[in-house]
Formats: sequence, structure tokens, C-alpha cells
Amino acid sequence: MMAPPAAQCAWGLLLTFAFYMGSCCTDSASTLPHHNYCIIGAGPSGLQMAYFLQRAGRDYVVFERSHAAGSFFALYPRHRKLISINKRHTGKSNSEFNLRHDWNSLLSHDSRLLFRHYSHDFFPEADTMVRYLEDFASMLELRVQYNTAIIHVRLERDSRAWNGHYFILTDHNSQNYRCSLLLVATGTWVPNVINFPGSEYVEGYESVSINPEDFAGQSVLILGRGNSAFETAENILGVTNFIHMVSRSRVRLSWATHYVGDLRAINNGLLDTYQLKSLDGLLEGDLEDLAIVKDKKGKLHITLKFYLENSNSSAGAESITLPQDELDNFATRAPYDRVIRCLGWKFDFSIYNRSLRLMPGKGNKKKYPLIKPSYESRGTRGLFVLGTASHSIDFRKSAGGFIHGFRYTTHAVHRLLEHRHHGVPWPSSVYPITQLTNSIIKRVNEASGLYQMFSVLGDIILLRENATAFEYLEEYPVGILAELELHTGRKAHNGLFVVIMEYGKNFSGADKDVFYYNRAVGEAQHAWQSNFLHPVIYYYKQLPTVREMRLRPPDWPLPRPDAVHHIVEDFLTDWTAPNAHILPLRRFLENCLDTDLRSFFAESCFLFALTHQKLPPFCQQGYMRMQGLVGNERLRHHAVEAGLLEDHTVMHFTDELLGGQRGSRDQLLKDHVIPGSPLHYLVTTKDEL
Amino acid sequence: MLPQMNGWVSCFSFLLLCTYYMATARNANTLLELSPQEYFSSLQPGRASLVYFCQDVSPGVRLFLEQLENSVGALQDYGISVVKVNCLKEDVSRYCGKENALMKAYLFRGNVLLREFPTDALFDVNAIVANTLFALLFNEVKYITTLVELQNLENSLKGRSNVVFAYVPAIGTPEHRAVMEAAFVYGTAHQFVLTTEATLVKDIGHEDSDALSARLFFCHCQRVPDLTQPCRRTLMVQSLATLNIHTYLKLMAAPIVTEVAEEPEKVSTVHLQLGLPLVFILSQKETYEVDKRTAEFVAWQLLGKAGVALLSRDSVDLNILLQSNIALKTAEEGAPIKYLVLEDTDEIIALLEDKIKGEQIQEDEDESDSNDQDIQDDQVMEAVYRDRKRELPLELIRTLTEETFNAALTETAHMVVLFYASWEAVSLAMLQSYVEVAIALKGTQGISLAKVNCWDWPDVCMKQNVTQFPITKMYEKGARSLTYTGMLGTAELLRFLRLSSISCPVKLTTMEEVDEYLSGEVHADSSSYHSTSVLGIFHPRMKEAREAFVEAGNMLRGYVTTGLYAEDDALVLARKYAVPLPALLLARHEDHRIDSVPLSKQSAPDIVQTIRSQLLETFPEITVENLPDYLSLEKPLLILFNNGGLNQRVRLEMLSLANGKGHEAFLACWMNLKNTPVGRGVLKAYFSTPPPLPLLAWVNLHSGGQVFAFPSAQSVTETNVLSWLEKLKAGLEIPSTTLSDEAWKPPLPAYNFLRMMEATLPEFTVHTVYSRGGTDELQQAEEVSEEKSTLREEQVEEPGLEAENGQSPGRDLRGTVPRLAGREKPPKRHTEL
Repeated sequence: MMAPPAAQCAWGLLLTFAFYMGSCCTDSASTLPHHNYCIIGAGPSGLQMAYFLQRAGRDYVVFERSHAAGSFFALYPRHRKLISINKRHTGKSNSEFNLRHDWNSLLSHDSRLLFRHYSHDFFPEADTMVRYLEDFASMLELRVQYNTAIIHVRLERDSRAWNGHYFILTDHNSQNYRCSLLLVATGTWVPNVINFPGSEYVEGYESVSINPEDFAGQSVLILGRGNSAFETAENILGVTNFIHMVSRSRVRLSWATHYVGDLRAINNGLLDTYQLKSLDGLLEGDLEDLAIVKDKKGKLHITLKFYLENSNSSAGAESITLPQDELDNFATRAPYDRVIRCLGWKFDFSIYNRSLRLMPGKGNKKKYPLIKPSYESRGTRGLFVLGTASHSIDFRKSAGGFIHGFRYTTHAVHRLLEHRHHGVPWPSSVYPITQLTNSIIKRVNEASGLYQMFSVLGDIILLRENATAFEYLEEYPVGILAELELHTGRKAHNGLFVVIMEYGKNFSGADKDVFYYNRAVGEAQHAWQSNFLHPVIYYYKQLPTVREMRLRPPDWPLPRPDAVHHIVEDFLTDWTAPNAHILPLRRFLENCLDTDLRSFFAESCFLFALTHQKLPPFCQQGYMRMQGLVGNERLRHHAVEAGLLEDHTVMHFTDELLGGQRGSRDQLLKDHVIPGSPLHYLVTTKDEL
Repeated sequence: MLPQMNGWVSCFSFLLLCTYYMATARNANTLLELSPQEYFSSLQPGRASLVYFCQDVSPGVRLFLEQLENSVGALQDYGISVVKVNCLKEDVSRYCGKENALMKAYLFRGNVLLREFPTDALFDVNAIVANTLFALLFNEVKYITTLVELQNLENSLKGRSNVVFAYVPAIGTPEHRAVMEAAFVYGTAHQFVLTTEATLVKDIGHEDSDALSARLFFCHCQRVPDLTQPCRRTLMVQSLATLNIHTYLKLMAAPIVTEVAEEPEKVSTVHLQLGLPLVFILSQKETYEVDKRTAEFVAWQLLGKAGVALLSRDSVDLNILLQSNIALKTAEEGAPIKYLVLEDTDEIIALLEDKIKGEQIQEDEDESDSNDQDIQDDQVMEAVYRDRKRELPLELIRTLTEETFNAALTETAHMVVLFYASWEAVSLAMLQSYVEVAIALKGTQGISLAKVNCWDWPDVCMKQNVTQFPITKMYEKGARSLTYTGMLGTAELLRFLRLSSISCPVKLTTMEEVDEYLSGEVHADSSSYHSTSVLGIFHPRMKEAREAFVEAGNMLRGYVTTGLYAEDDALVLARKYAVPLPALLLARHEDHRIDSVPLSKQSAPDIVQTIRSQLLETFPEITVENLPDYLSLEKPLLILFNNGGLNQRVRLEMLSLANGKGHEAFLACWMNLKNTPVGRGVLKAYFSTPPPLPLLAWVNLHSGGQVFAFPSAQSVTETNVLSWLEKLKAGLEIPSTTLSDEAWKPPLPAYNFLRMMEATLPEFTVHTVYSRGGTDELQQAEEVSEEKSTLREEQVEEPGLEAENGQSPGRDLRGTVPRLAGREKPPKRHTEL
């Protein structure tokens, strides 16, 4: 809305124009090509955001340094097998549900762009991903500017800009672009390198041979313990003398941690050969302390930095003390032919000017830039980080670093931007309160965003006044729940529910036994102890404050609610059982709203309508609008048998009379105020005396 | 003889006091075996002995001897020795020699033979004790067979002594033994009377329950001063066991009303000691006499169930509400005393009976009580659930998918689609009706039925703007779809589908067509579905009004048949029906009547509104289907309930009421309980006793909720009803009931997971403190977390235990571990492993 008219032209024209201007020109506002949204990187998250912007009719461009989309996948994973599952059959036709088990597709309206049409493999080839991403960009006609490597990003203050500044992007040709908003979708692609004495002998994952023949008869040391390390080992396991794998921390198995970024079972052949004592092995140690010495025969010996510092560096390798000289059963005393570094990647911080204050995270999140739960940079307003680079939000927890997770977080960021810059409130639907249980059941059974981005994205149910209706918002980042009204343009004055999915609190972890006996809860009354992924509904009478959000217990997605409900975990993840799933949920909702959410046949509503001044919501919103549920004889008969409907064709007055008296008797315990002598009544009402 | 006996009994009573409760504990005693000579020489005067003379031991005799040996201890408590005398072969004395002596046991006192028993009467310990005591207490326990004997006995004892009257079905039963044992102790205090005649129990007015079970009555004859008054009899409710009888007799002996002059907290009576509640009647000096009578009345009602005490407020300084007239103290130690304000003695009795019952129920159902919330209380869900195994005949309904949906819409002139969710109960209930509609429409040309399961095809449903279930839409080839907004029932949907296939409004061009239309002949095939046809008549120049009418007709499509006449001679038609243009003509086919209504407001929604209100009847029969229409008028209802059709006179009276003076203020209607059986439920709610039908009621549904019944003595005539209504208005009538205006609350509580979590997850509570502040909360949190740490330790061990024991094969197959199905007790869960 603030873009000059020129920006509305086709960008190709602008590009030509920009070429003329060349690199000599200043950044004067009127001459630079301008876009409201600039996306760096045409990988999955960049393209996903481009899609949403395109559908919304926004002015955007994607800069891609390579000649094609998804350049990361053109090289990685080196052994070409993706570990994201491509489940083509689920036995269900529900497209939303099926996305829960499709970890490769991006979101779009075009069903041709589902990954199952691209590959039959459960673990597809990386080339297929490249092809898919190219198709995604071309079929949806996304505006991607290839061969444009952004090498520098800086800010230009301008009070007219959306965020008080423009982002000035400079490409490798020194061409500048001015952007109102910057979306960083560069992923993490800079290989993690550790420098230690002898690190020059180390080969990197990015360039190591992938031909197993090259490793025949060799002894190999692999640094790192992630999927790339195991993938590399898997490839050469059969031909090497042995493989040793060293890293600081213990191995984290994804089926124990429930985190897809940890070691996946498909790559864990080395665990087998280690535990069965087939020569391969795993070691723990700090790589920082390590040193590698090469002997005359070209064999690589492991030693410690400590020994190097104490010896004469000018002397030959032979003079350096090796640990086995002092400790003759030192574990890695056997020399290696090759050492391979598989330590993962980190975010490229280098292109951002200091003024952007794009800082790395702390601890194990330092490979990611520091962002807020809204995916906006902590340092710069208007800079959003998407995709793998945004994984600091849910690192080692949820799926935000992977396609099947960030396709949803990207969607959420887009919705935030639509509201912030275009006044489009977060999409929502309003339903009568009678649909509350159904709405939740429908979503927890099919929604894939809730399922993949568990504990990060949640559905928000905003109650209307008097709880007669509610507004349903899908897949909102619960980390910014406190600022809901600001971010969505929706009002939360009358209380709200948050629907999210969670694993059991103490179930997941590298050292947890996830197969222990009785690990699964079957009964609804113990649902809060469910271990596997299950829906949890939080109820707040009012929005939690920012402070409450900040002080929430560690590992809790949300602060303490006014009430909470767990739908008991289900072996089939099918939460539609009338008694175990729906009934307890209804009771929870009823008690939060202080109303009766049962459904009734028209006959019951008729009775209530003539015998009560008020009606339960189901009758009020259905029957009274001439939409009562008549049912048929058989169903009514079942209800009568269950004692939930009275059969009035048979007369039995006495039951009802007794029932009525019992009710009035309960009233007795409430104190009545009686005038005059209290016992007077006792006597005069009884003739027997 | 008699005084001797008495002395003997009291001697034993003393002994009994010491041994009574130890009776059964000491049955280690063995049967004394003596020779005849030893036995007879050991007999002491006054001491009773039960003896069996044994010659040779046959199997039958061995069985008897076993029982005899078992009863040694029990009889010893009553000072009776049990002896087996081994007869010598050659002994042919009185007892040993006789052939039939083998079949008998003898009871001696000293050396006097009191009674001989056939051994088969002494079949077990109960029989031995009962028979023996019965023989010994021959004078203390009167055996009677007729009511007259009982009455005579009562009369003779009036003013002197009370009577304990027991009925046992047979001699030698455990009940008989219990009565005899009680008689042994209380025989001097009360007169015991025994019968085995069931008719006697019936005669004294207790024939209601099964006559076979034993009964015990306490006849309060001692308090009867005057021979002409009968003795009150109180039935013992508990079963006839020794301890129960003992308790009961203690209670009966207690004063009927205890007068106390200290604080209720300090008072203790035999009732409280025996675990029964004590009711205090709080009295004042001024009302003391009356209160005392009240107390006695209540006490008699509660005799055996609770005690009654009369407390004068003047003597104690009670720090309670002045209005309180009752205090309730329970035997539970430390339980607070409840002070109540009750209006009626019935309330006291009801309160206590509920309390007693409640306690019993609580004991039985402590567990199931909390599980109520697991039980489905949604009638629709439960009905659908119970029907889940039945397969619906779905052959007549096409199942559409994302692929087939669009194509299917073009295949028939009218495609009806039910959008539903296969897990949703209301949807599934609707699906059943839908199947019935499909059967009814089978073979109908140009209309076909289909369904889309939105759980399978969410995209189809979303594209059709279906966001809630169930939704029924009718797709017409080349036209916009029509969403069904009526009742979810077979008949209603069928009617809609039949009517909506008629395009509305029908354009009529000649007078002949108009006549035909108004006579209902145009759509004769579907005439059973529409009782009224609406015709809009317009001058050709009234373009706007005409278009609005067309739109209104479209909106009402499926509910009302509409026709349009806008030719040059419309004015002729208007004159014929004496109405200015534009106008509506309503042909009411049932009444053979045509009404005309001028159209004053001419927007489509207004026209719809006009037509709808015109379709309402003046004196309708209220049914489940049409009630909402009439309730939307928000008028008080004057309902005539009848079981069957109305007779002509009443109908005319009601009609003239409905059309008469002041009729705008209310809606006169009637209900046929044969057509609408649920109307009985309405009557039940209105009147405590079922009134005779027909019945006229005034229901102030929208203002106050009072319900008034027209006096059944008066006949329903316009004048009578009008004058009654005048009285109502003047507030001279008492409503028979007032309808509750309470909001609908949750039927049952939910699981309180928050509280359960607080008990095991420390961070949850600690957080509370930080965020909401408050020191006491902090303390609480600390306490909780302490508790928790111990809890945790216990819990951690549990999985191992469970696995080892192997006795808990998991809860059921809903979990993931493949286990045998089977329920165990609620599992304690482990939070960590």
C-alpha cells in the first residue's frame, strides 16, 4: 500500500531499468527496483511463502543464487536418499489428513503438486525433490529471480516504510533492490567446521566421495552423530575395515525423542554393528580437544591437543605423544585411513549488515538466527526468518526445521503479515456453540498443521458473548498467544480455547525407554498421562499476558490455563470414539462454558420448550429454528432403552412424581427463612397430632 | 415351678452377660463322652444337659454327632452341657436299650427329663441351640397361632410390660435361634411371643412383603394406660440376627424423646452410641408443650432409625440463627452439627430417611459415583451408538467423492446431496431419515439422492460451503442449489423435496389457470404436502412488487407453493376477492376457503413474512413439528389438552375464543395426546397428579412461566374461559406450577485434569506462584511438591511391579501394547521412567 506506483509494474521491466542504472548509481529511493516482499532463497520455504504471497496478490520477488529452485537438494543429502516419508497410502481419502503422512509436499491448491505423484519411494530421491520444487515454482508461476546471489543486506531508514526502514539487498552484480519486508529463507547451508590441529586431513561431508569402492579396506573415523554422519556410515558400512564415530553427545534416536531431526531408524545400521561388536563403534568426546597426526605411511592417528602443545611442533609426527603411549588400551589407538566430518550446517550470517542485528541463538541453537515466536528477527522489525533457519523456535522439539513443519509456520507468518500490512484479519469461521465439540473433533482428527507442528501451532477458539457462538482460527503460533488480538485482528474478550497436540511430558528423550510396559493410556479419565501425540485443549477465561507467557514452566507450550483437557491418546490417532473421546471433551467444554451441550431429539426439545423458560443450546439453535432432529422410531427406541428419553406412549406417572419430590427435597438443605415461631408450622400442618 | 424357673433364668442371665459375645469364639470344646453310669451320677440339680445315648455309630448317627459336637460351645454359654453316653452292649436300661432311642436326644434338667428330640429335628447347630433354648424357655416364650391369642396377651400386659412378637417361618432356623437367644437375655424384661403362622403377620397388617421371611415386632404395651387403646407395634427393619435384635431392643427400651438441657455437642444418647443420628427439636418456653408433641410425633416416625431429643433454647445459649428449629447430630465423630429450618415434620423424616439411604448408597456406590461422567447422557449419541452395528440399506443413495461429485450433479434434473460426517451422531441420525426418504422416493423420475462424507472429502464440502453437519442441499440442473433448512426428519424432508421440485412461483396466464390453481388441482400429485396454495396477483405495471414476490416465492420454495398472476385483467380478480392490488390469495384446500390479503409491504423478506404469518392457523393443533412456529409469536398459550380429536362443540367454543375479543394477547391451541404423546410429559410437568382430560391450561411461557389449569368442574365455554382469564389477570388464581427459568447447566462435572496434574507436576504449581503471586499459594505449592516427590517415588516403581506380577494384563486394546483385553482397577500411572 505504501509502494510507489512504479513498483506495481512487471518486475522484468524494472530489472531492465535497473541494468541501465548499473552499479554506479546511488540508492536513491526513486531509482531502485522495489518490492514489498523480498524472499531470499527459492528453497521449499521460500517457494511456499511465494505461493501464499502470489495467491494474496502481493508484490513480491524471490532471489535465488542458483539457476534453479531447491539448490540445496541438488547436492544434499550426498547419498541422495531423503529421510522424509512419502506415504502414498493411508487408507483414507481425506486430503488434509493425508498431509500428516506426506512430509515432502508444499501447500497449494493444486492437487497435482502432491509429492506422491512424483515418487513411489517411501524415502524419495533427492533429485525428485529438486524436480518437484522446480515444478512448484513453474506451475504456480511464482516470481523467482534465479542466478541472483544476495551478498549483502542493509537497512535504509525511511519513515514512510512499513517498518520505518527499507531493506536494501545487493546481489553479486552489485545490483541493489529495495524491499519493504525481508523474508529470509536461506536455510542453513554453511557446513559446520571445527578447527583443530590436523583438521586439514579431514574430508567434509559436502565433498567426500560417495562411491563405496573408494573406502574398500579402509578404517574410517566419522566426526558427528547426526543423520548425515550415519548416512555416510551406512553407505560404506559393508566395505570398510571398521568405522568409528565420535561426537560430544550421546546418540539421539528419533523414535525415542520424537524429533524427526534426530537419528532416524533408516540410517542406523552402524548401531547394529557397534552393539553386536562387529568392529564398528561409537565414542563420546569433545572434538575441540582432538588432534590428528599423519604418519609417514599416510595413516591418521588420533591424539589430544594437550599433547601437541607440550611437544615440539617442528619435530616430525613420530615424535608427538599419542594417548596409547601412556594408556596402552586407549580406544582409538588404531590408525585411520580417512577422517570424515559430518557436523551439519549453520545459517549464513555473513550477508547481513551489523545494523540488522541478526544474532545467532544461544547454546545448541547458535546455528540459527535469533527470532521471536512470531518468526520476526529480534533485532530488526520487518525481517522474518522462514524454513529451516527458523528452527530455533522448536529445535529438537517439533518439525519447524523440516518441510512438513515449516510449510505451516510459513503459512502462519503469511497470515500475520496479511493482517499487519494489509488489514486482512486472520481467517476465521463463526459457528453456533452447538458445533463446538464437532469443530474440535474434526480438527484434531484431520488437521495436519496441528499434528506436524505439535506444541507450536494451535487452533484458537474465541468465544462470543454469552457463549452462544464461537470463532475458529486455525494454526496460530501459540508462542504469541498473548498478542493474539494485535496479530489477528480478532477479539478475545469472552475467553478462549487453544487446541494443540502434545506428547507426554516425560515420555520423549534420548535416554528414555519408549517401549516400557503400559506406556499407552487407554482410559479417558487418565488421559492427561497420555504419552503419545494427543490433542490437548487449554481454556483461558482471558488471554494470557505476555508476562504469563514468559513465566510459563519450561517445556510447557502455554502458561497455566483455567482448565485443561486431554483427549486420550489413540493407537490409530482416530479421536472419534463416542464414549472415550467425544463424551469427555463435551463435559470439559460444558463445564468451561457452564452450559449443556448435549444434542436432543425434537421431541425432547418440544417438551423442554413447553416446560422450561430456557432451552439448551441444541434446542435453541436447532429445534426453535425449525431444524430439530426428528430421528426415527428405532433411534428413539434406543434412547428410551438407554433411559435418556421417556416413552410417553406408556403412562407411568409415579416415576416422575417421585423424581420431582426428590428434587424438592434437595432444596431443603438450603436455609429458608420462616417468619414467626418456627415450630408453629410443624404442628399446624400435621393433623395427626 | 414358675418361680423356680425364673430364678434359674436370672442366674443364667448373669452368666450370659459375661459370655454372651464370646459365644461362638469358644467352640473348641469337645463332646463329653461318658458311660451311662458316669453320666447319671454327674447330674447336678438345676443344671441342664443335652444327651445322646450312643450304641453303635452308623453314618447317619455320625453326621448328627458332628453337629452335636459343634454346638457344645454354643450351649455351654447358656450353661447347658452336651454329653454323649456310650451305651454298653449288654445295657438294656431305659435310654440305652430301646431301639428307637437311637433316633432321639434328651434334654435333662438335673435328673428330670424335660424333652426328647428326634435327632432329625437337631439338624445343625442353629437347630440344636434353638430347640434346646425353646424347650428351656418354655414359659418365657409364648408360642401362639392366632391373632386373638396375641391380642389377649397384649391386653393382659397393657400398662405393665412390652411384648416382643416374632414370626419365624420354621423352628430350628437361624432366625429362630436368634430370637431364642434374645429371649434368653431379655426374657425377664419383655414378654416374648413366637409364631410360625404367616397368616398372623398378615393379620396385623404387614402382608406387603414376602411372607416367608422372619419378622419381629415390638409392641409398646407398657405405655398404654387405657385398655381400650391398642399397643403400637414397631417392625424391626433389619434382618433377624442376634446382634440386630439386641440393638433393636436396646433402642426400643430407650425413652422415646430425650429432654436435654445442654449443648447438642455434649449430648450423647444410646442412638449415637449405636451409630444412629440424633435429631434435636429446638424449643422455646412459649411453645414447649406443642414442641414436645411434635417431638413425640417425629420420634414415633423415626423409631429405630434415629433418636429424637427436645432441647429448650432457653436453657442453652445457642449461637445459631433464630429461625433454626432443627439440629441434626450424626454419630460420626467430629462431624459438625447441622442447624436447619424445616417447615414440616415430613421434611425431618424425609431428610433422615434420605440420609440413611444416602449413606447406604454411598457405601455401595462409592466408586461408581465418580464414573457417572463416563456414562453417555446424550440421547442422540447414545441412540446412534446403540444402533452402530446395524447396516443401513444405502443402495438407493449414491456415495459421491471428490472425483464424482461435479459430474453427478449434471446427471439428473434434481440431485439431493446429504453432507455429513461419519463420526458425528446428529449426522448419522439424519442419515437414517435420509435412507427412509430414499425408499419413499424410489422410482421417482428426475430426482436422485446422494451423500458426501465430509470426513472423507473435506475439500468437496468446503467448496460447497458446508462447514457444519449435517446439511442437505438440492442441486437443480442449471440453477443454484437450494439448502434445506427444515426439520431433520423423514416426513419433513420428503415434503420439502416433493414441493421444491415444483418451480416457484408458477406463472399463470389465464383465469382458467388461476381457478385451477386455487382449487389445488395443479399439483394434485403433491397436494398431500401442501394444504395452502399462495397466489400473488399484480397489475402488469407493478414490476418491483412482482419481482419481490418472485424472489419471495423462491425463498419459500420447498415449503409453500406459490403462483403468480400478472395479466391485464388482474384487477378483475382483485375485485372478485375484494382486495386492492397487489394482493395475495391464499387457497386453504382443507377448509375450501380462499382468503385475500393486500400486500402492504412489498420487499421480498416482508412478503415472506406475510405469507408465513398467514399460514399460521388461528386455533392450531400443536405438534412437535409446528410448535416453534407458534412459539415465535411469543404469546401466552391457552392449550387444550385432549386424548384424541376435539368434539365439535368444544372446537367451536375455542375457535370463537381464538377469534374473539382480546384474542391477540394469547394463542389458543390444542394438543392431541394421541398424535403427540410427549404432551403427557408436558402435563406431568404442569400438574402433580394427572388431571382428567380434556384439560385447558394457560401457560405464561414467555413472562414468568406460570401455568394455570382451568377448573375441571366448569365446562369449556367461551364465557367461562373468558371470566377465568379475567381472574387470572387479576391474580386471583394460584398457578399449579411455575416453569423453571434456570439456565441449562453442565449435566455432570468434567475430569479435573488440572488438579490431577498439579498433584504430580511441580512446575505447574510453582508457576502459579510466580505468575499470580501470594505467599499462601507459595506454601501450598511447596506442600504439594513435597507430597509429590514421595508420590513419584512410589509411582516410579510401579511399572516394574505391574509387569512382574503379571496380574494386570493392561487395561484394554485401546492402548498400543498388544495385550489381552481385560479391565483392571484404575491404574496409577507413572510419570517418569
